[in-house]
Amino acid sequence: MFYREAGDFKTSYVDDNQTFPIKFDRYRYYAVLFVAFAIIPFVINDYWVNAVFMPFLIYSIAAIGLNILIGYCGQVSLGTGGFMAVGAYACYKFMTGIDIWWGGELLFRLPEFNIFFSVLMGGLTTALVGVLFGLPSLRIKGFYLAVATLAAQFFLVWVFNRVSWFYNYSASGQISAPEHHIAGVAITGPNADAWAMYLFCLVFVAASAIVARNLTRGSFGRKWMAIRDMDIAAEIIGVDPLRAKLSAFAVSSFFVGISGALFFAVYLGAVEVGEAFGIQKSFLVLFMVIIGGLGSIFGSFAGAAFLVLLPVFLKNTLVGALGWPTDLAAHLEFMIVGALIIIFLIAEPHGLAQLWRVTKEKLRLWPFPH
Amino acid sequence: MNQMSTEGYTTADGRKIGGVMMEMKNITLRFGGVKAITDISFDIREGEIRAIIGPNGAGKSSMLNVISGFYVPQEGEVWFRGAKRPPMKPYQVAQQGIARTFQNIALFEGMSVLDNVMTGRLTHMKSGMLEQAIWKGKAEREEVENREVVEKIIDFLEIQAIRKTPVARLPYGLKKRVELARALAAEPKLLLLDEPMAGMNVEEKEDMSRFILDVNDEFGTTIALIEHDMGVVMDLSDRVVVMDYGKKIGDGTPDEVRSNQAVIDAYLGVAHD
Repeated sequence: MFYREAGDFKTSYVDDNQTFPIKFDRYRYYAVLFVAFAIIPFVINDYWVNAVFMPFLIYSIAAIGLNILIGYCGQVSLGTGGFMAVGAYACYKFMTGIDIWWGGELLFRLPEFNIFFSVLMGGLTTALVGVLFGLPSLRIKGFYLAVATLAAQFFLVWVFNRVSWFYNYSASGQISAPEHHIAGVAITGPNADAWAMYLFCLVFVAASAIVARNLTRGSFGRKWMAIRDMDIAAEIIGVDPLRAKLSAFAVSSFFVGISGALFFAVYLGAVEVGEAFGIQKSFLVLFMVIIGGLGSIFGSFAGAAFLVLLPVFLKNTLVGALGWPTDLAAHLEFMIVGALIIIFLIAEPHGLAQLWRVTKEKLRLWPFPH
Repeated sequence: MNQMSTEGYTTADGRKIGGVMMEMKNITLRFGGVKAITDISFDIREGEIRAIIGPNGAGKSSMLNVISGFYVPQEGEVWFRGAKRPPMKPYQVAQQGIARTFQNIALFEGMSVLDNVMTGRLTHMKSGMLEQAIWKGKAEREEVENREVVEKIIDFLEIQAIRKTPVARLPYGLKKRVELARALAAEPKLLLLDEPMAGMNVEEKEDMSRFILDVNDEFGTTIALIEHDMGVVMDLSDRVVVMDYGKKIGDGTPDEVRSNQAVIDAYLGVAHD
């Protein structure tokens, strides 16, 4: 009824290019932003933030990052966990003050970075590392590239385990985030409030989504998609495959690095690399991207929501509502989630984003048949 | 020796053809032991419609791939606009102003028609990643400017109605047209068409012929095309190169080529007695 393009005339290309060309979508988007920024922070408690919102927000950033690489540029990566670890450790080093050594002597120590810039530096460092591990993509494609990035995953985790410089020589080999403030409000550390952590992550999520959308609708996005759809034709129309692929790796790793930094500094607080950023993390984010929908920013959110919320929801229904024992519920949860993924992918191989698109196309006509 | 000549010629229908734009000098291309192209020389002049014809496997597409930088010939030189071209990657050739279409459609299936045609403008878009990330100033301006160019081409090829349709949903004939639009969007100096009318019916062929003539006429684009339909070739082109088994067997106006004995033999066969 009200979900219409009819009568909503676009008189400039800027209008025609906007992210939400349909008025209803646009208002829905503003409404979501308003609720997320102005209402949720006042009503949430620790449980909601830790069990639902923070993992959802942080994994959304990781999924957006991986989606740029796989969904937009067509380069399969299994190194997401490793890249998240790079973001986490870079953030840790920057927020504790990097110590530079030369010949066994401490040359100098950088001042401690503000948590905001530490997270950003985590992203930038990961972008550099991502470009480095993206270099093989110029020669190898598809499954073979996936195997090459798998090497990155194991190598990076190994490095962070072995080189004590990365965890500031702590005896446990763990890194733990010291308390950092923004405008006097604790963001990290044990005294941080739920709403502060939530808002901090939300700012990064909103910025990431907007930047990702802008990049994918401009010339960079078209270069990436051209490489994804037909690399030979892309080269013929003037796309330099080297720069296109490496820029995709850089942008993708930047987002993944930021999510890793947030995951460590804000969400977990203390991290052991093999446990937090192992291969299972790579697969988890990959599943989010596939289930959510390749090549769609909305899909990244949908996939993250699906895989984060479903287990929470199941646990609450099985244990809370039905009163089953916790261990039984925990095992059943795996089976149900697994089965749902399979059923879902058979029913809609293009992911939640495709379901959403189909719904919107139908809505545009509803209630008329044509 | 630079054979760049400045004087052109006038075609039968009164169009003025300029000097040499692209010159292939003694090109030889081998794949292992197979010689795809043997010692071929020809030129393409400014504003001309140049056809390359020949039976299957004659090396026509290989020749186009040499021009577009896809294959690097073992011997011979490629001269473009009065300068010898060093070995180049295909994307560098594209940046020089050479665009092409493919025999088997090579569109980006996951993108809309508009996005496909916009990819043709990529060599003209220079804004950096940071500008695009915030989508203000140069990035947005550039997008709008290039969109205007693209819309003109969409109008020109009469594909306005399918602007936002995903390419994968289009029928064959329209896909061919979108591919031409993508190549034209680059505003090329030289346009290479690899069998633009393959698999089309008469009506679609007529449309496509009209577009090719209009492109040449309105934009002044030089066109080199490969085509099997002799009627089309003879009608459209100013000069024709005929290839057979990787060798050049004829070169000249359609009339000259038609009466060339070697060409007739290649197409009709020769009696061996």
